[in-house]
Amino acid sequence: MNRRKFLSCFTTVTAAVTLPSLRGAAASSAHLFADTDMLGVLHDSARCIGCRKCEAACQKVNADVLPSPDKLKSPEPSFYYRSVMDKKRHTDFQRFTVVNRYKIEDRLPVYRKFQCNHCIEPACASACFVKALRKTPEGPVIYSPDLCVGCRYCMIACPFYVPAYDYDNTWNPLIYKCTMCAPRLAKGLLPGCVESCPKEALTFGRRKELLQIARQRIVDNQGIYVDHIYGEYEVGGTCWLYLSPVPHKNLGQPEVGKTAPTDLTADILGTAGLAAGILTALLGATCLVSSRRNKKYPAGHDAGDDRGDEQ
Amino acid sequence: MNSECKNNNTLLDCIKNNPVTAIILLVGLGLTVARFTSGIGGVTNLDNKNPWGFWMTFDLLCGIAIAAGGFAVTAAYYVFGQKHFGVFVRSTLTTAFLGYFFEVIALVYEVGQPWRLPYPIFWSQGTSSVLFLIGLCVFAYLMISFTELLPAVLEWLGKKDARKKAIRLVTPLAVIGAVIGIIHQSSLGALYVITPSKVHPLWYTTLMPLNFLVSSLFAGLSMVVVEGLLSHKFLHAYMDGQHIKTANRAVFGCGKAACFFMFAYLAMKVVQMADTSQHLSSGYGALFLAELAGGVALPALMLLTGIARKRTGLIQAGAIVAVLGVVLNRFNVSLVAFNYNLPAAERYFPSWMEIALSVFLFTLMVAAYRFICSRMPVLKTHKEYGEGVV
Repeated sequence: MNRRKFLSCFTTVTAAVTLPSLRGAAASSAHLFADTDMLGVLHDSARCIGCRKCEAACQKVNADVLPSPDKLKSPEPSFYYRSVMDKKRHTDFQRFTVVNRYKIEDRLPVYRKFQCNHCIEPACASACFVKALRKTPEGPVIYSPDLCVGCRYCMIACPFYVPAYDYDNTWNPLIYKCTMCAPRLAKGLLPGCVESCPKEALTFGRRKELLQIARQRIVDNQGIYVDHIYGEYEVGGTCWLYLSPVPHKNLGQPEVGKTAPTDLTADILGTAGLAAGILTALLGATCLVSSRRNKKYPAGHDAGDDRGDEQ
Repeated sequence: MNSECKNNNTLLDCIKNNPVTAIILLVGLGLTVARFTSGIGGVTNLDNKNPWGFWMTFDLLCGIAIAAGGFAVTAAYYVFGQKHFGVFVRSTLTTAFLGYFFEVIALVYEVGQPWRLPYPIFWSQGTSSVLFLIGLCVFAYLMISFTELLPAVLEWLGKKDARKKAIRLVTPLAVIGAVIGIIHQSSLGALYVITPSKVHPLWYTTLMPLNFLVSSLFAGLSMVVVEGLLSHKFLHAYMDGQHIKTANRAVFGCGKAACFFMFAYLAMKVVQMADTSQHLSSGYGALFLAELAGGVALPALMLLTGIARKRTGLIQAGAIVAVLGVVLNRFNVSLVAFNYNLPAAERYFPSWMEIALSVFLFTLMVAAYRFICSRMPVLKTHKEYGEGVV
């Protein structure tokens, strides 16, 4: 082994040692806010009457981002017309929230509000490779439009299909999703939808307290609610919580499991760093061994099998 | 692509000689204009529930999988001292470099704000994202494969001293290139680990990174064989006697290695099926089994027979099937199995424009490969540098 070989070997091993520690740091950043004192909203489908005042309020308080209702790309009848609910709607780049109506067997229709659930460990934020989406300690998952590259991996990652994209915008396409009114919360105001709800179907507060309120409602109104607070454990817990008189899956809530998807990738990223280190060391060592072997049996040994570099 | 345009020919002659290429390029240019004037929505069928479509699957997942031959052959030659792979080192490195280069070009079409593509590396690093790791790998491997090809470029330009310096870098870079290649291939599988509720359980496993890695290895090695076959047919003029003489043994080497990885992959998949066998009776199950039987088991047997009976043709045929098998796998994971629980009306099907743009980029890549092979010592040894690749 001459000096140059030694140096290249040394550099390789150094890289092998530093790389995994880098990745390890990356993986551990997935758990930012393990203990949650976060803010959230509880939606109670037993109280919701589907008036869509929350939708109108959302459009109004987000007027700097969203178009006014009469300028929607696919205009709907005014918010007072209920025929809009004849079909299932979805949030898009012009709507942060929609209320859908679910007709289940012969009971009165049940309504469920749809918007970003502000997961405790948001898959979208962990999937974002420029930190354009991030979880704030207060609860909201917020978006920095000036960082977004438009890769749309957040949309792939989100188990609830929340982030929406304006595909037809040529020069400044962005992700659109509910912010839990983070700018209003900072000013001490309620989220627009919560403020506008005439039936107290939306309750704003600390997530911990909302869970207690929800449990109390289930206990106090025997037979009204199904015994399941959607969002308590789903994908590791979400800041938005849901109570319902019918099974949540009948209200279009997906069955997503209790594991936070971010945990799955954090493990992999950690392993990737370790694997990179071990591989570099192993391949580097193999390289040295095989180059010595080739020196030992030079010219002519298996001649003609290569491009003649052993001559 | 079929016949070369001589320098004294006019543009019109070029078009006459290659009508298909000319049409592809014209349509591609038109669609490029459409993409950058009417946005992604103007040329694709993507929507809020299907944010990644044909481009992501074909240009990125398939393209990078079959470019794996680059680091695999380079590592076999420089790291493991398997000198009979030497004949393929520069040609696969060229393909790998072009594959990665055109992946970046594809990303310019694919992402919403391509001018921000350097952000994840230089401006705001989202280190918790698998995509960040992929970005790093693409960036690093682009530079590594370019540096590994520098000797060929410098031989072409006749810069002897610089070539001598560049060649010293090649062996350490082969080590780092292999590590980055392995991490990159597995990260592509890891992309979908974050979506356990969206990918059909037959394809979803937290071991997807390993599945993608092993399948990319045999896809990449098979692609080396296929590429050798195509080069022999269309680029024979740029080869020298040495290349033609030794290519056959290298084909066997690649075939053997690919065969090994195929059986490893089959074993892995069978073990993983223990958890998911209840889904096998559905339509997805049939597709899954077809992919495994036709796309992996069949070519594995073809390669095995070809190697045992020393029949190059059978190895080449097996390699073609294997490449198609992996392409099918990537389409299945990212388009068929993805969003399997959405109603049919909300599923995605590519627009013709998406497919045409991918064909356009692929054609450009082939043209670039041809340009390089016709000028630089890739398929032959430069007459002044008899010592060859190293």
